[in-house]
Parts: sequence; C-alpha cells; structure tokens
Amino acid sequence: MVETTNISVEKIWKILETVTDPEVPVLSIIDLGIIRDVKSKRDEIEIFLTPTYSGCPATDAINMNIRMGLLENGFSKIKITQQLSPPWTTDWMTEKGKQKLKAYGIAPPHSKQIVCSPDSFQKEEAIQCPQCNSYSTRLISHFGSTACKALYQCNDCKEPFDYFKCH
Amino acid sequence: MDQLINYTLFLADNALIMGHRNSEWCGHGPILEQDIAISNIALDLIGQARNFYQYAATLIGNNATEDSLAYLRDVKEYKNCLLVEQPNADWAQTVLKQFFFSTFQYYLYQQLQNNNDEQLKAIAAKALKEVTYHVRWSSEWVIRLGDGTEESKKRIVKAVDELWMFTGELFEPASYELNTNIDFIFLKENWNKRIRSIFAEATIDVPAETSWHQSGGKIGNHSEHLGFILAEMQFLQRAYPNSEW
Ligand SMILES: [Zn+2]
Repeated sequence: MVETTNISVEKIWKILETVTDPEVPVLSIIDLGIIRDVKSKRDEIEIFLTPTYSGCPATDAINMNIRMGLLENGFSKIKITQQLSPPWTTDWMTEKGKQKLKAYGIAPPHSKQIVCSPDSFQKEEAIQCPQCNSYSTRLISHFGSTACKALYQCNDCKEPFDYFKCH
Repeated sequence: MDQLINYTLFLADNALIMGHRNSEWCGHGPILEQDIAISNIALDLIGQARNFYQYAATLIGNNATEDSLAYLRDVKEYKNCLLVEQPNADWAQTVLKQFFFSTFQYYLYQQLQNNNDEQLKAIAAKALKEVTYHVRWSSEWVIRLGDGTEESKKRIVKAVDELWMFTGELFEPASYELNTNIDFIFLKENWNKRIRSIFAEATIDVPAETSWHQSGGKIGNHSEHLGFILAEMQFLQRAYPNSEW
C-alpha cells in the first residue's frame, strides 16, 4: 500500500509527468498545463483537469492514461474532475514544453499571447519555421490536423509545418 | 429549474445539430484544408454540446446522461433553432449558415460568460475562444465568395435568399430564455452590425430586416430535416440500447 500523506501528492505529480498527450506525444500533460491541482484525501486522489478544447478527442484518452499510470503505481481510488473555469490557455504551457514542441517540428505558441479576434483577413503573426528558423512563413489554414494546431508553410525551406496556435 | 434545464438543452441542441451538419462534410470538403477546417469546427461544436448536455444531465438527475439526452429524445423535444438544421446544400450555403450561426454564438457567449449561472458561464467562456475562430473563418469565406467570381457571387446571393428567413428566430426569445439575463436587443444589434459589415465587404445586399421569417424550432416545431438528422444520428443507440464507446 502507498502511504497517503502530502508526500504522495508530490509523487502523483511525478507520475503525471509520464502521461503524454496522445495527439502530441512529446508533450506531457504537465507540459501542456492542463493539470490544475492534485489533492489527496485519505486513500483517494482527486485530479483537477482543464481540457484544451471543448471537443478535443484526446481528453478522454488522457483521462484513461492518467488512471492507468496511477493504477500501475498502486493508487486505485482516483477521481478526475473536469474544471472548465478559468479556460485553458496556451500561456499555461511550460517553457520546457515549448522547447520540446520545436524540437519535434511543431512551432510552439507565441510566448506573448496574441489575442485572437474575429477580424477577417487580419495580418497574421510572424511564425518561425521550426526547421530552418526563418520568419518568412505563411498561413495555409487556421485549422490543422488537430484542434490545437494551424497549418503553415515556410517560404524559404518550403516545408509545411504545424503551429500550436495561441488559445 | 425547468427553465434552466430547457435553456441548457437549447444551447446544447444548437451546437449538436450544427456540429452534426458540419460533420457531413468530413471527407467531402472542396479541398483538403477546408475539409479539415469544417471537421474541426464540427468537433468544437460537438464538444460544446457535450458540456451543455453533461450539465443538463446533472440538473435533471434521474439517471439522465449526455448520451440519453442526445440520442433518446425525439424531434419535438429538440429545441435547436431552425437555422442549424437546414441542409448544407452547396459550399456557399454551408459557410453562410456557419457565418450566421457563429456570429450569433459569438455575441451570445460573450453575454453568457458573465451570466450568474457558474457552469453556463464556464462553458461559454471556454467555447468563446473556439467560436472566435469560426466567425473569422466563415466571414472570410462569405467575403471570398461574394467578392469572387460571377458563379460564386450567384451562389452566395442564392444562399442569402434561402437562409435569411431563418435568422429572425435567433432573436425571438422562447419562454425559457426570458430569465437568462440575455439582452436580446443588444445581441441582435451586434449581430446585425457584423452581418452588415461583412456583407458590405462581400458586396452582398442585406435583406430588409422586416422581411417575414420562420420560427418554431426553439419550441420543438421543426422542419422535416431534423427528423432525418436524428434518424441517422440516433440509429445505433436505438438499435443497440445502452451501447457505449
Ligand atoms: Zn523553413
């Protein structure tokens, strides 16, 4: 049996670091910034999770992976509470997470949050190509392979790439 | 309590039916990027619907679940506005429907995120960020088609003719919307302003505001289209009760 004092909360955070986002497997859910809190009460662990997008199909998979990870480490009473407010923002992604994204070939979200507005044909933010570091890139589509990404192309090396868009 | 449940179902049904309509494009979009775009919008909307249904289920109690609310209610119990159940027809009609609806959602959620119901407030605040992208995407398409070729112009103008009569219902409060603190006059003003500015850029005429319009969806009087949508969407759950993903 695992002892359930405050020490276990720290241990839980360590385990959660090994749970990854199935859609962007280089990122742990800690990197993503979706774990808001971990609480332990007697032998029960409660995890507060804020989903990235309302319809993100990864959310269910992440919930299951959290359960699996904790079960493997001897924790069996697990409650995952979805916390919608305040809404998740890419500002919550860790610096380490952003570096991992770039190394993986996905342009990380801007560190200075660019407010998305409904204005049509607005001037796009300059996104750096994760391959050749050029800033001469262009938006192909605001909607990419998953809800969190937009599709860009580099004008210099011509490679298309994903941009983890500000949210 | 009944009012809050009905209002939450109204928000859920709108998002679900619009999302379902969008999902019909999956694999059929005019080009790959736009196929992906509209499928992404479908996902966002179905996700929003799930959040609202989950909340409604907790209010209803009695073993109600998001699935029972989506899959086991009949046409007459659905509260979505008529606009979202209209067929996709061509791309022009699809993007115009999206533009009308997303603009409505955008200003509605802006008000809802300050609502005194904590859960509606939280769902709206989250969804608003997604809807912002939908408004932008659909506005750009309306402009592109209106200010495009002779053929694209003809199609978007036809789409306006087909869909305008379903927009009036959005601003006609049903009884369950009366205690929601939504300012319908402000909502309509904002919506109109945005429609006018995008139509101007798209060089499309805005129909007269006083023109006759259809209504009834909010109180369960739907067009024949909704029955077909539900038949497809609910088939599995009705044929194999209680099956789960
Ligand atoms: Zn490049």
